[in-house]
Amino acid sequence: MPEREERARFEEWVMPHFDAAFNLARWILRSRADAEDVTQEAMLRAYRFFGKFRAGDARAWLLQIVRNCCYTWLQKNRPTEDVAEISEEYLKDDRSTPETLAIASHEREQLAQALEKLPTAFREILVLRELEGCSYKEIAAITAKPIGTVMSALARSRQQLRDALTKPVVKETRLEL
Amino acid sequence: MSCEQHTEHLHAYLDGELDAAGTLQFERHMKECQECGAALTAERKLQKSLQSAGLYENAPKGLRQRVVSSLPALPEVRVRKTGEWRWAALVAACLMGAFLVWQLFSDLGGRSRQSVVAATVVDAHLRSLQPGHQADVISTDQHTVKPWFDGKLEIAPPVRDFTAEGFPLTGGRLDVIHGRTVAALVYGRRKHMVNVFVWKAGDDEGLSGAGEQQGYHWLAWQKDGLNFVGVSDVAPEDLVVLRDLFLKG
Repeated sequence: MPEREERARFEEWVMPHFDAAFNLARWILRSRADAEDVTQEAMLRAYRFFGKFRAGDARAWLLQIVRNCCYTWLQKNRPTEDVAEISEEYLKDDRSTPETLAIASHEREQLAQALEKLPTAFREILVLRELEGCSYKEIAAITAKPIGTVMSALARSRQQLRDALTKPVVKETRLEL
Repeated sequence: MSCEQHTEHLHAYLDGELDAAGTLQFERHMKECQECGAALTAERKLQKSLQSAGLYENAPKGLRQRVVSSLPALPEVRVRKTGEWRWAALVAACLMGAFLVWQLFSDLGGRSRQSVVAATVVDAHLRSLQPGHQADVISTDQHTVKPWFDGKLEIAPPVRDFTAEGFPLTGGRLDVIHGRTVAALVYGRRKHMVNVFVWKAGDDEGLSGAGEQQGYHWLAWQKDGLNFVGVSDVAPEDLVVLRDLFLKG
């Protein structure tokens, strides 16, 4: 049965990356509950478009769909949130020498908080690189950016994360919806 | 080269993304530049803590199951064949095309325009029998199928479900008959499938009457300025029943 075959192929190729899909959604959206909804939506979308997927990097293909779903969801549900794409302006300044932080003492919580404070575009690139272990090429494919931009954005993201870790944590009202 | 120019190299080096030449160049630079050496150490540290802090969040257990079990229920899923299937379909299509061309030229002189149109209608029916080609909108609900055609055609085909009469509507799609885009309504008839092609009447491409091509029956009729042709491998009488249902409404 063709439908069954297609499904088996989907489960074989795409489902192994289910956690990756959820993790990316969770960090872009900064909420597990919202990530559940969007992951589900993204998986159904992926299933629908699976016919267009040719053999290749199924993870990058899926994460691209997840990312798009997240941004669409953010536009609809949190229109005030800054989801600006990485621009030249963003990447320009900042040549300060990284300070060696006593990061070993930072707990998971502190890192997570710092990560969540980054602009979405920088956070996603760090998550793809450090948590998901994606190559620059994969990140470029997932985020639809040139590799050069990925490279500079990654440098900038790390700097921003460092800044967020060193600056005293100002109590922030997080956007909860 | 100044250190500023090395910033990106540093990150690429850290991520193992520098090519051999770049790696050598950067390592040579680091021997002379304490600043970059310290920066690399700092970046390594940050990277290590990010990777080892347990920030990766796996999906909740129930979610995967929920997603998997919701997959086949998708009404819009369009099954597309890939890989060898696609090739098989392509080869089949080529063979069929060659066969039709041969047929067309072998007895073009003796065939009326009518039978050429009939042949393309049957051809469209055959095409729809290929996996994944039956319908673009799959639904048994006429209120889903009808609006799907909106804006896709210059006509609004009368989409009606005849489940009670033994012809359940299963979907619709766009097709091409003799170079023009037409609506195709798909009906089930017992284990068989019936295509009803609908396009604007008034041009000379209209068919009339009934006929048989390659074992498939077709029946044409007109109503409200529209041409209809039903095509199927069901008995010709079944097509008459379907036509009457269309004419009745």
